[in-house]
Amino acid sequence: MNEQDNPIREAIRGAIAGNEVILFMKGTPEAPACGFSARTVGALQSLEVPFAAVDILPDPRIRQELSELSQWPTIPQLFVHGELVGGCDIVLEMLESGELADVLGVAGGDGAVEAPAVAGGGALQIENRL
Amino acid sequence: MPDAANIKERIEAGIPGSQAEVEDWTGGGDHFRATVTSPAFAGLSRIEQHRLVYGIFGEEIGGPIHALSLTTISE
Repeated sequence: MNEQDNPIREAIRGAIAGNEVILFMKGTPEAPACGFSARTVGALQSLEVPFAAVDILPDPRIRQELSELSQWPTIPQLFVHGELVGGCDIVLEMLESGELADVLGVAGGDGAVEAPAVAGGGALQIENRL
Repeated sequence: MPDAANIKERIEAGIPGSQAEVEDWTGGGDHFRATVTSPAFAGLSRIEQHRLVYGIFGEEIGGPIHALSLTTISE
């Protein structure tokens, strides 16, 4: 299938190109549907960075096309200036080291930021609803 | 269904010289957490390091393995 015939992939590409900071996640920032997405949202919110968010759950093709485009198998996926920064693990590591603030161009890059806790905490809160 | 020991074996077999510590995060056999140390990570970005590990499992990530949380250490 060529690119013109693949409107979902083109829409994803357009969203990544059109938003400086964009998070593909399960659920919404207000109601994340997965612990990994929730923690990634928490990391961005802790730096008070505005970001666009796309819920991948409504259509399984979004996840499929996104992962093919990004060569990254899991959700969430954070893109900054068109580049994949990473998923939850990398984003939290970068938050703690101060690199996330650097990449996002905000204050707080002194490595003093603590990773946010998920409300209710604990590994058993983590669910994959795909 | 994969278990932590199986995932550890496959990572260590798939990445030359690597050592992996893997735990079943929830006890449910589908959310795992791994710390992987390998000289093969030298010179790679975090994204590339994680891709190397994810690549071992292909379609299983997001399938039978719902989540594989990674910490990679270059050595």
